[in-house]
Amino acid sequence: MTTIALPELDETRPLSLPLQAERTLPNGLTVLAIRRPSVPLAEVRLRVPFARTELAEAAVLAQTLFSGTSTKTTVQIAADLQAVGGGLGAGIDPDRLLISGNSLVSGLDRLLELLAEVLHDAAYPEGEVATESERLADRIQVAQSQPAHLARVALLKRIYPGHPYAVQTPSVEEVRAVTPAGLRALHARRLHPAGATLVLVGDLDPEQAVEIAAKRLGGWDGRGETAELPPIPALTPGPLLLVDRPGAVQSSLRIALPAVPRTHPDHAALQLANMIFGGYFSSRWVENIREDKGYTYGPHSVIEHSVAGSTLTVSAEVATEVTAPALVETLYELGRIAALPVAEAELEQARQYTLGTLQLGMSTQAGLAGLASSYAGFGLRLTYLADYSERLVAATLEDVHRAAATYLAPAVAAPVILGDAEKIQAAVAAIVPVEVESKP
Amino acid sequence: MSTETSIQIPRTAYEVERFTLPNGLRVVLSPDRSAPVIGVAVVYDVGIRSEPEGRTGFAHLFEHLMFQGSANLEKLAHFRHVQGAGGTFNGSTHLDYTDYFETVPSNALERMLFLEADRMRGPRLTEENLKNQIDVVKEEIRVNVLNRPYGGFPWLKLPPVMFDTFPNAHDGYGSFSDLEAATVADAAEFFDRYYACGNATLSVSGDFDSAYARTLIERHFGDVPARPAPQLADFDEPDLTAERRESYVDRLAPLPAVASAWRVPNPITDFAGYLPYVVLAEVLTDGDASRLVERLVLKDRTVTSVGGYLGFMGEPFEVRDPTALLLQSHLPPGGSVDKVLVTIDEELDRLATDGLTPGELARTQARMATHLLRETDAVLGRALRMAVLELQRGNPGLLNDLPHLIAEVTEEQIRSAAAALRPHRRASIEVVPGGNQ
Repeated sequence: MTTIALPELDETRPLSLPLQAERTLPNGLTVLAIRRPSVPLAEVRLRVPFARTELAEAAVLAQTLFSGTSTKTTVQIAADLQAVGGGLGAGIDPDRLLISGNSLVSGLDRLLELLAEVLHDAAYPEGEVATESERLADRIQVAQSQPAHLARVALLKRIYPGHPYAVQTPSVEEVRAVTPAGLRALHARRLHPAGATLVLVGDLDPEQAVEIAAKRLGGWDGRGETAELPPIPALTPGPLLLVDRPGAVQSSLRIALPAVPRTHPDHAALQLANMIFGGYFSSRWVENIREDKGYTYGPHSVIEHSVAGSTLTVSAEVATEVTAPALVETLYELGRIAALPVAEAELEQARQYTLGTLQLGMSTQAGLAGLASSYAGFGLRLTYLADYSERLVAATLEDVHRAAATYLAPAVAAPVILGDAEKIQAAVAAIVPVEVESKP
Repeated sequence: MSTETSIQIPRTAYEVERFTLPNGLRVVLSPDRSAPVIGVAVVYDVGIRSEPEGRTGFAHLFEHLMFQGSANLEKLAHFRHVQGAGGTFNGSTHLDYTDYFETVPSNALERMLFLEADRMRGPRLTEENLKNQIDVVKEEIRVNVLNRPYGGFPWLKLPPVMFDTFPNAHDGYGSFSDLEAATVADAAEFFDRYYACGNATLSVSGDFDSAYARTLIERHFGDVPARPAPQLADFDEPDLTAERRESYVDRLAPLPAVASAWRVPNPITDFAGYLPYVVLAEVLTDGDASRLVERLVLKDRTVTSVGGYLGFMGEPFEVRDPTALLLQSHLPPGGSVDKVLVTIDEELDRLATDGLTPGELARTQARMATHLLRETDAVLGRALRMAVLELQRGNPGLLNDLPHLIAEVTEEQIRSAAAALRPHRRASIEVVPGGNQ
């Protein structure tokens, strides 16, 4: 066959930020409206700081926020939203309550009106709270049979001792004990506009959208408590925590490593180092344990940013019989990137990937809304993308090597494996010191 | 209760340009210069239903082999060239088609066309790559099916209850023994038969100039040897005349679950007869104001969740006949599957007999419009959907019409569709919890 040369890339299109408007209302709510007219829809994200709330109560509140007001039932709220092509839902993590939704853009005003109604007047009716608590309890029970969930539970407990992040899922019993009165009190205490951010993205005029938001949510009660989180504890390396899951046909391998927030001077270099190690498909680790060895299907390595700190997490589900060899390869790749400089071509490829995926992430309404909302939780705006791009472009081989040696070294790792201890313990213990936790 | 004046369903105006290369490759272009990204999709008209007996899971395994190198690309090169251009890639295997796709910054258009054309001429099929990818696929099956509760429920578990012939009934992920028995010769034959350029469509959407894209497409795909498409197989089976119901123990599942399916009209040849079922599924299950959520979840509390959709892989506009409307429920501890099925029958009867409440249909249609528009906001979503619409219907422009076609479905059509979902036409599969018991 003839050989055809790989086509060069055309000229790069510059990163351009969408048209936007921002206003902080007198009640403390910050409104960010962003124009992306690709489809006649609007995306809505309302992020409310929710740290240090009681886990079960916060979780049930998210499930019952739309379960009726003094004048409307769950079904009426849902039907009214649907009528404008809309839908709203809420979720929590240890940092925030996030209300997410979308509608036909012509229904945005109505959607915000309904959102305001719920924020003012959510009733948490007895029957609905009971139903939703039971549903949540069932979901938690199902989650407890999922290896990915169990591995995460073990990892969080291992790396955040004494911190609110250590436990992020309530128990079934705690969920069942939640009362409507407790929910109403939590709502009154914490569901407030102070420090909250409303992001609107879509086929809209940003100034007009801010006006609509001000009209609909300007009357949202501004009083309430706030809470601060202590910084996450420094990661303590140590023995591999082996959590027994008898009969598992795969082992869930997790390794936590230290990381830095988005604004830290090392962040761009660390991001690139992580990419080269295992952060995307064309990384050393994925090419090694998947494409060369066939140990795993979807290994990944990501930096997770939370308000109280950032952590890098390496994850792979590997066949039980290759658990120890997969661990060896993982530690080898971490050790290699910490000890030796990366090649110029590897860095360029990772840089292009990281820059390119920023463009892709901004190209949909939902993508923009998600970015703008999570950045806002850290006091950042979309303009951060421009600074970040510059820092990615400027990062040198030395910067990346230094970041890898500091943050990706096996010596600073906290490893956890969930799997069938009887089958894997001896082999894993031959690689690293092991501490066993019996049935989760 | 809701606003009586129903909202206007908007219309999209995606440009659609179609042409066919002399070698038979069908091409769809949909330029949109609003963001500097493009989606590229190549879709082959072969899927799980076409794999040979004794080779369950082969269509999917073959999809993996399409990433293992081709004439001008070493193993790993495809991934590196896409990601090194700032893009993402994947492929997926469906009942009736297999897709390969990339989303990239728009300056990588020509590079993506080169990559897709190179593997369309033929992948590098070697023993080593085959063995490696059999291992990877086995791990994929462990992650998605064997090591988790409700793995393969209901998409792998319900077809064998509903259907009798191998193409429709077999496990599309494949048995480990069939996967391990696959050979390089099997792969070569599969490629020869199904991966002809006459059996494929190429679709590009996003930030490009049509004339320029066409030149590049002719440059890269023009010399892919012409091979005719194989005859399209007819997988039809007779409808059920008596109810079928089976159960299995899931050793990891803590709670019961059930899924039922009813055959629906041919999605391609009887689209007008099929569409009401697509809307009916949403009337029944989309959100807290839907029939079954209100009744089963909120009122009776006999299920913790209920979902309804068309096609075993949940893709109403990317599946051929025979296919089904599915309803699946997860139950609380000790919940009664019988009771759930009886209640669903009651609700279907009520819908067929009493019809819809004022505004119920319009609000469901409005929400469906949002869902449809949202899926096509990403350039890749648009490219993929247009590629399959071209492949199966020769009509990628249908994408622009779907929200309105859905909005034109009438109450009478919904009632007739509900009336057709009778117990004797139903196939059900029940998950008996074996975990934590």
